[in-house]
Amino acid sequence: MNAPGDVLVVGASAAGLATVEALRRKGYEGRVTVLGAEAHLPYDRPPLSKQVLAGSWAPGQAQLRTPAVLSALDAEFLLGDPAAGLDAAARAVRTAGGRELTAEAIVLATGLRPRTLPGQDGLAGVHVLRTLDDTLALRADLTPGKRAVVVGDGVLGTELAATLCGLGVPVTLAGPQPAPLACQFGPLVAELLAKLHAGRGVQLRLGAAVTGLADEAGRVAGVCLDSGEVLPADVVVVAFGAAPATEWLSGSGVLCDNGVVCDSRCRAADGIYAAGDVARWHHEGLDLLLRLENRTNATEQAVAVAGNILGEDRPYTPVPYFWTNQFDARIHVHGTLSADAEVSVVDGDVAGGRFVAQYRRDGEVTGVLGWNMPKQARQRRQEIAGVPAFAGGQA
Amino acid sequence: MKVTVDEDKCCGAGTCVLLAPDVFDQRDEDGIVVLLDESPGAELHKIVREAASVCPGVAITVSEDA
Repeated sequence: MNAPGDVLVVGASAAGLATVEALRRKGYEGRVTVLGAEAHLPYDRPPLSKQVLAGSWAPGQAQLRTPAVLSALDAEFLLGDPAAGLDAAARAVRTAGGRELTAEAIVLATGLRPRTLPGQDGLAGVHVLRTLDDTLALRADLTPGKRAVVVGDGVLGTELAATLCGLGVPVTLAGPQPAPLACQFGPLVAELLAKLHAGRGVQLRLGAAVTGLADEAGRVAGVCLDSGEVLPADVVVVAFGAAPATEWLSGSGVLCDNGVVCDSRCRAADGIYAAGDVARWHHEGLDLLLRLENRTNATEQAVAVAGNILGEDRPYTPVPYFWTNQFDARIHVHGTLSADAEVSVVDGDVAGGRFVAQYRRDGEVTGVLGWNMPKQARQRRQEIAGVPAFAGGQA
Repeated sequence: MKVTVDEDKCCGAGTCVLLAPDVFDQRDEDGIVVLLDESPGAELHKIVREAASVCPGVAITVSEDA
């Protein structure tokens, strides 16, 4: 296959930027255009809930690349103009600002939109955290004396609770699981997380679903639980999941079902590819359609997409990986964990605050979790069943 | 090529070690990146550029003109 004459990347975050970098690294010299919904130069999202919200980083420190490095990529960045429609057969993208862009290859990397609660829109004091602007708006709302409730007991919710607590904000964490991340981490690690948060002063109000928000004169006043209880709040952060940003692809000719559905080459249609949080592709190693919302997937899938655009014709078969930092716990997860897995500590010890846990199902290792042992956890990746040789290394 | 790492940004994923173990390692105690070779040979340039590009902590910088 010949390389396309030009490439359009829709999405200017980690996956979009990594696609451009990989194309250039692989020697692609054609025209590259990057369309971004936000006006900011490409920036990184993991620091938003941690360093940027905490104020230990200025917003500019979350930038993915310096302007000089971006400029050396010789790509045109069209920022602040969200994609509004795609015609897959014509390989044409229409933007909110009225642009009509065409390219021989198009990469869909529009990421996620946070889920929201009924009645949330327009209610003062209620926040989501996906973008830099979201983060700065939340930070600006945290005036002294305000009580916060974080809705969502997953990775983002627990990170937010830890950061807010560190800022001295009285914070309650609400969510349906018995302990934070219990459905994924299982009882051993989830209980440790619960102890960590409670010990630092986070009020845990878990095991009850959030049904809505209470308001008073246009501002949020509390979070309503299905138990009938109302948690008083001056600031609420809603962090109970996100959905792939695919509304704009309606009628495009590309199949969307919990993400852009792709083949094992991350190809959604002729000349149309997807990368990052929005892509649901066929993982040949696991033999299932998989969509990963994590930072390393954004860049590694982008490398695979760039290669396939240039005719490498390789399946994308990563080992899922994510990390989360909460208070002084640095948690690293390789592979797949589940609440019903058999968990054994294979390095370090739980009481000492440093350990590696191995997760097994049906006798096979499916995942590894490191608690303050990042290197040792990474070294056990090869124990995970079906792990291919590391997917990188193909420039 | 001159490689630099930012320990404060490193998240300890070890992606760089998986890609280029001759250039990067991790500290045993906290997983933070250890730069083994700040001027890797030409045969490693492409893989080191990939490591910098995919680093989830944006902790690796490659300068081409050194």
